[in-house]
Amino acid sequence: MTPDPKTRATAKIRVNAAGKSYSTEEGALDALEDCTFEIAANEVVSIVGPSGCGKTTLLWAMTGLHPLTAGEITLDGVPITGPHPDIGIVFQDANLLPWRNLDANIRFPFEITRSRPDEAWIRHLLERVGLGGFEKRMPRELSGGMQQRASIVRALALKPSVLLMDEPFGALDTFTREDMNRLVEEIWMETHTTIAFITHSIEEAILLSDRVIVMTGRPGRVMNIHDVPLPRPRDAEVMASRAVFDLTNAIKADIVSGQVAHRAQNGNGG
Amino acid sequence: MASSRKTRGRGPDGQLANMSAFAARSGRSTQTEVVVIVSVAFVIIALAELLLRAMEVPHYVLPPPSAIGAAFLTDFPHILPHLGHTLVELLGGFAIGASVGLILAAVITQFPFVEKIITPYILLLVTTPMLALVPLLILYFGFGYTPRIIAVALASGPMVMINSATGFRRVDSAKIDLARSYGATTLQIFWKIRAPMALPMILVGLMIGAIFGLLTAVGAEMVGGGFGLGNRLTTYSSMIQMPQFFAVIIILSVLGTLIYVIFFLIGKKWASWEA
Ligand SMILES: Nc1ncnc2c1ncn2[C@@H]1O[C@H](COP(=O)(O)OP(=O)(O)OP(=O)(O)O)[C@@H](O)[C@H]1O
Ligand SMILES: [Mg+2]
Repeated sequence: MTPDPKTRATAKIRVNAAGKSYSTEEGALDALEDCTFEIAANEVVSIVGPSGCGKTTLLWAMTGLHPLTAGEITLDGVPITGPHPDIGIVFQDANLLPWRNLDANIRFPFEITRSRPDEAWIRHLLERVGLGGFEKRMPRELSGGMQQRASIVRALALKPSVLLMDEPFGALDTFTREDMNRLVEEIWMETHTTIAFITHSIEEAILLSDRVIVMTGRPGRVMNIHDVPLPRPRDAEVMASRAVFDLTNAIKADIVSGQVAHRAQNGNGG
Repeated sequence: MASSRKTRGRGPDGQLANMSAFAARSGRSTQTEVVVIVSVAFVIIALAELLLRAMEVPHYVLPPPSAIGAAFLTDFPHILPHLGHTLVELLGGFAIGASVGLILAAVITQFPFVEKIITPYILLLVTTPMLALVPLLILYFGFGYTPRIIAVALASGPMVMINSATGFRRVDSAKIDLARSYGATTLQIFWKIRAPMALPMILVGLMIGAIFGLLTAVGAEMVGGGFGLGNRLTTYSSMIQMPQFFAVIIILSVLGTLIYVIFFLIGKKWASWEA
């Protein structure tokens, strides 16, 4: 029923020569330059790179909320020019509305789009992430992990075909984080939603992704793309394998060389 | 112990008026507190009664609580219509002032330049006692409701406006981005993000505005015109009817307390997510 995730014939998202320069008080700041890659339908792609290399900038451009200054990003072949109902976003700090309880937070997307909530789907998602029975709780009464799970439910509520996640678990402790990684893996295995996932954790990237995109230092470009040909679910045994070890080192080396190149370039260019 | 109590519920941004008043408290501690507060009141009233009687203080200097209680019961039918007048002025003026203040705050905060220009004038309105304008307003509009309602509106409106503006200014771009990611319209962003986010500060503004309105209404009644609780105060004191005078004072403090309690309860219901 669900297409084979390994088929990359159809590009779900195409990032084409994407560039973004911010105008700041000190003049133009190039955050992203000539960045090109594709994400296939049903694929999970992680984006890693040195801090400040433009990962968040890139993801926001994919959401259509903060447009590029050069190049374009297409969704199913159509340029993204504004917010798109087919794209779900998971924010870094859950970003729940503190004046609404869990249930009302999850209904927020339906209110804004004036669509009828799919009750069965909501209930299924809540049970899936282990939040059944917490519907009446206010966000401040939920732990950080629970808040982030709630925000994943919210992001999936409208059944988007693409999920964009910007360091969603960066603020969580290691154990909660592993838990959340498993959850994302499970959700993907159920829904096969196309996922673009920004992270600072190489382990997280390998655990979740079909491919890992390594970016150079600012202005960010694609430095290298690593395939992750590992079976799913990627349990502890898989994650302890030689292949994962080698891949981790290769990605690390890429990030370091990207940083070095970036420094050299900045040193020469002034 | 006292210090842990103090720091609880204080916002990190060091706002002047924080929302700790709306913070949800455990039921039991509130109950004990109420019992203690009421007991203290009883003790004070009993002590005052005993002292005033023992020292044989004349009623026209300071009437004992029992005399005030008796005056309250016998004269209440006479005072009641005046309470009605004061309420009309308070509610009328507050409704006008609060609506204008609220709408102005919501609109002006969307235009930073306009806001910068207007804010000093609003501050001027906040800091000038509107009571001072009442003689002039009476000159223009006579001794009826009109000058009083205008004074109440002028006193409460700027208070509501300045506090609400603080609330509306608290933009959280991530939450607005969230709404926009679902294609929210400007109006939806206002009603579903900006307004709820501003609500705690709006409630603070409404509470302070209402208290200022009460102050101004009573003050205006004392300046001129033959009706209202403020007018009763001047009348009773000029006729040296001190028990009645204090009965009116008690009604006024109940009114003020009621304003506080109403907004406290609204805040607890709708704004306790903060703090
Ligand atoms: N709104 C903005 N205005 C000006 N400069 C910005 C803005 N947003 C980001 N930048 C700059 O653009 C560059 C890239 O920022 P971005 O947040 O995309 O990096 P990032 O890769 O997500 O970093 P991190 O890994 O630390 O989250 C940074 O140098 C940042 O300072
Ligand atoms: Mg970032």
